[in-house]
Amino acid sequence: MAPEENTQLLIETLTSHREEFLAQWGAIVGEALQGRLSVAEMRRELGELYEAILQAIAAGGLDADGEAYGETRSLLIELSRNRARQGFTPTETATSVFALKAVLEPALTGEEHGTRTYLQFAKLLDGLALLTTEAYVRTREEIIASQAEQLLELSTPVVQLWKGVVGVPLVGTLDSARTQVVMEKLLQTLVDTDSTHAIIDITGVPTVDTQVAQHLLKTVVAARMMGAQCTISGIRPQIAQTIVALGIQFGDIQTNASLADALRQAVREVAKDAEDDVRGLL
Amino acid sequence: MKDYLTGNATVESVPVASSKDVVQARQVVRNLAQRGGLSLVHQTKLVTAASELARNMVVYGGGGVVRAAEVNGPQGVGVFVEFRDDGPGIRDVEQALTDGWSSGRGMGLGLSGAQRLVNEFDIQTGPDGTTVTIVKWNR
Ligand SMILES: Nc1ncnc2c1ncn2[C@@H]1O[C@H](COP(=O)(O)OP(=O)(O)OP(=O)(O)O)[C@@H](O)[C@H]1O
Ligand SMILES: [Mg+2]
Repeated sequence: MAPEENTQLLIETLTSHREEFLAQWGAIVGEALQGRLSVAEMRRELGELYEAILQAIAAGGLDADGEAYGETRSLLIELSRNRARQGFTPTETATSVFALKAVLEPALTGEEHGTRTYLQFAKLLDGLALLTTEAYVRTREEIIASQAEQLLELSTPVVQLWKGVVGVPLVGTLDSARTQVVMEKLLQTLVDTDSTHAIIDITGVPTVDTQVAQHLLKTVVAARMMGAQCTISGIRPQIAQTIVALGIQFGDIQTNASLADALRQAVREVAKDAEDDVRGLL
Repeated sequence: MKDYLTGNATVESVPVASSKDVVQARQVVRNLAQRGGLSLVHQTKLVTAASELARNMVVYGGGGVVRAAEVNGPQGVGVFVEFRDDGPGIRDVEQALTDGWSSGRGMGLGLSGAQRLVNEFDIQTGPDGTTVTIVKWNR
């Protein structure tokens, strides 16, 4: 039996039972999605998909990766992206495709020719369902990446502590990505608030190793290049002892045990700078 | 160094391939140190040493496995940690242990600093990889 006969049978079946199949398909998918998606929306999606598959079979056969399935694939990617954003599971998403198998099975599997056609159709749908899973996973990854980025932004608040003094309370681990965000925000806030002093507080950083130290030093150097004085505060006793044993030298960078001490000192210096400025004017 | 792992019921194993895994390895070591009753200073020193050695595995050894366990010795309770990678090895260990020497863009303090932070320290290295073992005692 030639493959064309299979596609011919499929096209005929899909065309003559269109309304009936769409209704059944919609019923199965609707049950799986349990009202979390509007029926009208879901029926529209399935209707478009049905036409696209039908046309693709007519144009190019049964290869899900083939050129003829371009339209089908973009519809499925779109559908999967939406499902991923709406919080459906990958299984629920793939079910939207798989369900069409169950719809066609009774209509085709009566005799041998039909059964063979059905198996080919099932294989096609497997390929298309795989595509939805891939698109689904990719979308979820995008969502997670963007959430991680937002979290990074949120977890590094740079605040003005006093006129002329900005502070960054660091919490958690300080990796390269985090350092970059901290540095950019710190420099921007120095400019925005017209500040001359920056305090980086590491009370919330559990481990200060050579990488963290290097990142801190880099941030201090950048702040200095903007003409700001930079202090590192919140160096707890156990961290101080560990830094010394590691052999890290903070050079001439000012350090303080507590944020309060660092702030007191910075405020004094800001006041002194202002005094000097006034004296300079006289 | 003595074989502290065989027959030890507290061994925890962490595959380390990225900096995310370094954080995980650090947490496992910290938990063991806390359970073993190490003082806050000892805990911090041990965890920092573990952080350095695990990161070296990622950066220079192409990743590997960290295994840690609570151990008992004449000095009391301690934590043993092994860092094993099958990277290219360290060509000149003496040089690598010199403060400030780095083949990359590091501070060159990780290896030498880690040695100062713990009580026992051993490096076995060759073209088939590097294994660093450390012990921090609770005293
Ligand atoms: N597991 C390893 N495999 C191969 N080479 C290593 C390994 N660990 C360390 N080295 C070599 O030893 C050198 C010194 O290591 P060390 O950790 O002291 O410094 P670093 O990693 O370069 O800088 P940092 O101060 O940031 O740790 C490294 O630059 C590297 O060449
Ligand atoms: Mg290192």
